[in-house]
Amino acid sequence: MSRTHVRCRINGDDAEFLCDAGDALLDALRDEMGLMGAKEGCGTGDCGACSILMDGRLQCSCLVFAPEAEGSSIVTVEGIADGDRLHPLQQCFLEGAALQCGVCTPGFLVAAKALLDRNPDPTETEVRYALAGNLCRCTGYDKIVRSVLAAAAVMQQGKEEAAR
Amino acid sequence: MRYAAPTSVAEAVALLGTEPNSRVFAGATDLVPQLRAGRPEPGVAIDLKKIPRLTSVAIDDGTWRIGAAAPTSDLTANEALTADVPGLVYASGLIGSDQIQNRASLGGNLCNASPAADAVPPLLVNTAQAVVAGPDGERTVPVADIPTGPGRTSLRPGEFVVEFLIDRPPPGTADAYLRLIPRTEMDIAIVGAAARITLDADGSCVAAAIALGAVAPTVITVPAASGGLIGQPIDARALAAVAAAASAAASPIDDKRGTVTYRRQVAGVLAKRAVAEAAGRARNGDGP
Repeated sequence: MSRTHVRCRINGDDAEFLCDAGDALLDALRDEMGLMGAKEGCGTGDCGACSILMDGRLQCSCLVFAPEAEGSSIVTVEGIADGDRLHPLQQCFLEGAALQCGVCTPGFLVAAKALLDRNPDPTETEVRYALAGNLCRCTGYDKIVRSVLAAAAVMQQGKEEAAR
Repeated sequence: MRYAAPTSVAEAVALLGTEPNSRVFAGATDLVPQLRAGRPEPGVAIDLKKIPRLTSVAIDDGTWRIGAAAPTSDLTANEALTADVPGLVYASGLIGSDQIQNRASLGGNLCNASPAADAVPPLLVNTAQAVVAGPDGERTVPVADIPTGPGRTSLRPGEFVVEFLIDRPPPGTADAYLRLIPRTEMDIAIVGAAARITLDADGSCVAAAIALGAVAPTVITVPAASGGLIGQPIDARALAAVAAAASAAASPIDDKRGTVTYRRQVAGVLAKRAVAEAAGRARNGDGP
């Protein structure tokens, strides 16, 4: 059977790929686009390691059929830094030791970005709820939660300085 | 497998009619895990999310129309809907993580036909209707008539749910949903209970409905528990009677989440608390 041609935007650039209808978007991103940030943990939407933003909404890319991406705008973990300058979330994860094995980290970064995009000053409880769809078997979550709160503070401070 | 994304209900009906082995989906939050577990692939997976009617949430002449494929995050973000049916919106917001909330839909929650589906008890107490499209056109049926058992529905071949209709509740009315799960988040109900209560100016109950999830092969309404409330104030005696009737109506199974005895007990407790919460909202004017 002929493969499906999908055109979309990925991390701000026009992109296109070929896929089979039953392929997960996750597999198209990794195998066709070479974007290896999103990981397959469970493949059933439970663990969040494959989290991406699709048209601004946080999704498990393992639950998205690749052809659904036609015409959409996708952000993966590869798209959240500003060139060589890490996103405050990435910087705070590094400084806060919010990762050990690293498999879950791209998903946490994307989910945390989705949270801060809509709620720039979350409480710890809000952070914990927003990250409830991401599983980490190394850190015990505490350093991740603290790092997200630290990144929110850095970004708020940046905004205040820019406004001055 | 092929993928199709029709843009109208008629186009989706035609596809379902011509492709015998086709299946509709919205968020695929149940479909993908089923395929992963070895269920055979459909010949055509029909994505309903590109049909505007299937994803719109709007009030029209006093009736809410909730698209069957609208992601639950669109319901929780809708303040007017939340003001009218806070119990239904709360239940919708309990289904999975933020990632899942951006995919999961009320249509999927209903048609996956889990006895533990969180959105179904509040749909039942709000006497929601489902608009069903199929080869013979559209028909409107009570949501309560759709699930027939675990994983089974009364939908005929070629049919799918287009939208849900909920009449705006009258003044003095509110709903509530409570569930018990083995931890604080991201799990399936041991028991779920929804209630909708209408109070008159004196605080006397003039209409009541109670529904229970995860205690029978389908979500059930419990008229024996709600009927006794009519004409009464919602006080400790009335709540005790609700609990007893709800426990008696429950016929649950034993599984890893709970035993029969435990579920029966919890069904009574949650039914009682859901009635108290709905009545509290109705009293405070937190409903419409």
